[in-house]
Amino acid sequence: MNRRRHRRLQLFRTIVLVVLGIFFLVPIGAMVEFSTRGVGINSPRTLSSFTSIFSYPDLTGAIVASLELAAITSAAMLLLLLPTMVWVRLRVPRMVRVIEVLCLAPLTIPAIVLVVGLAPLYQWININLSDSILTLGFAYLILVLPYAYRSLDAGLSGVDVRTLSEAARSLGAGWATVVSRIIVPNMSSAVLNACLLSVAVVLGEFTIANLLNFENLQVAIATIGRANAGVSIAVAVASLLFVFVLLLALSFVSRSGSRRRRVRVGVT
Amino acid sequence: MTALVTQTDAAARSESRASVEVRLEDLRRQYGSVHALDGLNLTIGAGELVALLGPSGCGKTTALRLVAGLEDADGGRVVIGGRDVTLLPANRRDAGMVFQAYSLFPHMTARQNVAFGLRMRKVASRERLRRAGEMLELVGLAAQSDRYAHQLSGGQQQRVALARALAIRPSVLLLDEPLSALDAKVRSQLRDEIRRVQLEVGTTTLFVTHDQEEALAIADRVGVMRAGRLEQLAPPTTVYTQPATAFVAEFVGLTNRLSGVVRGGAVEVRGVRIPLIAAGGADGPAVALVRPEAVSLSAATDTATGPLLGTVIALAFLGASSRVTVDLGDAVVLVQIPTADAVAYPAGTRVRVALRLDPVLITRDDATVTP
Repeated sequence: MNRRRHRRLQLFRTIVLVVLGIFFLVPIGAMVEFSTRGVGINSPRTLSSFTSIFSYPDLTGAIVASLELAAITSAAMLLLLLPTMVWVRLRVPRMVRVIEVLCLAPLTIPAIVLVVGLAPLYQWININLSDSILTLGFAYLILVLPYAYRSLDAGLSGVDVRTLSEAARSLGAGWATVVSRIIVPNMSSAVLNACLLSVAVVLGEFTIANLLNFENLQVAIATIGRANAGVSIAVAVASLLFVFVLLLALSFVSRSGSRRRRVRVGVT
Repeated sequence: MTALVTQTDAAARSESRASVEVRLEDLRRQYGSVHALDGLNLTIGAGELVALLGPSGCGKTTALRLVAGLEDADGGRVVIGGRDVTLLPANRRDAGMVFQAYSLFPHMTARQNVAFGLRMRKVASRERLRRAGEMLELVGLAAQSDRYAHQLSGGQQQRVALARALAIRPSVLLLDEPLSALDAKVRSQLRDEIRRVQLEVGTTTLFVTHDQEEALAIADRVGVMRAGRLEQLAPPTTVYTQPATAFVAEFVGLTNRLSGVVRGGAVEVRGVRIPLIAAGGADGPAVALVRPEAVSLSAATDTATGPLLGTVIALAFLGASSRVTVDLGDAVVLVQIPTADAVAYPAGTRVRVALRLDPVLITRDDATVTP
């Protein structure tokens, strides 16, 4: 009885995996297929679309800008959100719901609506502060809030923030030290997840950048797509691969961190 | 061996800074309309261990947190070693604290935990590790220095927490029910351990607990709190034998409430005149608070004991002593006697009850309820 149920569950899992796998892999496979086509009908496969990515100076600029934005947004998100969430939990717990609603709000607001609000702000920013594409970081910070909040919230609830921070404070640690040396190390995987999600959101963002007339990675891909479909798909595949590798690398960083700790324990 | 012990003792003493006095002056703290602290005054002498005892919600933990700086006072002052620290944040108070919940930093080893406070004080790395090692030795955990919290038992974690709190050589050590999460045996071991270490380093200590046995066993003085105020502050024996109020008598240890009549400086309970702890009560009906061990039992046939007869309704074995519940007909008395004697009175036995003439406290709050 039990074994039969187990086997049925196993089957169900396999089917779900296969279906979802097809759902995700077929489009990517199609993209790879399309981006490696030669010019003629019977011409051999070629990687020229991929190699010519770097011959578009605008594109490399956009890639660099998007990467910078991803880094800036992640850092700003952590600096803004983490202390706020810790502080609210400890000092004004009745505001937890308010902060949650505030952070989740961007999820419910369509990007177009957001842009309508942001446009006049950016006009002012571009005139008075800077017209660099990096100013998009402000808008992206808002966009990543819901994802980052969810992740950090889960991490924080796994830590006895109150006791640990009180212990650290009684030992002479200031608030900055409490957050950086006590809380973050104990929720490093949640912090990492929040960063990953932020990076993924920023690298995939199109609407706001496009409507505010900034050329980030996705806008550049779309632009090239109008001129050369092969290169645009190649860039899309490359950026997918890049994000995939990045996520993999980051998750290894977190795992090796915990393994190192375990090994050291085993030795002593 | 002896020489070695005295040597380390001397080292520990010379390293700890001179103990200081801690004063809580008219401390007030309100949560909404609830007065958690309603003008608390308490002076802890240099090197003294004072236990604050009381039911939950009496304000004892609030008092401790105000000394630690983890909460702000609505009024009053906290003075540590002559320095008014009322407005200082927790991280500049110089107060070592051990919490009820396990509070070791999970990502650090025991040694790193103990060294954390020294790191915050910018002590050089070598010195830091040396002193952390010393502290762990003091609490008997030198061999577990490189373990993480999840590899230590609850009792060990609390010992590391104690070492961590003492490593910074605090002016005052604050213990917030550090034993509550532990099981009974570990609890009494660690209790004695805490006292030993506290005497060794001589740090002025405030210990908060709801467990009267703990407070009586460990403290130089016990402060019994109720509704944000101190009811009594005295050495453990005084608190037990001469409780200042009925609340103290009933909270610390068990008491029998026996109705009687006050007449001429003594209370007459069922034909027995018992002297009063506090003389000067006006004549009239009152309830005498009699300790279970101040009551004795003898066989029903032993008429020399006195006129009081009752029936044993329960016998609880507590180890060396036993608690016998005796029904007097109109009241029930608890009697605590050596187990060797108690076995003679199984449930159902008719017994003769005698009251010892130890001074008692009286209360009049419900004297008229029972005749």
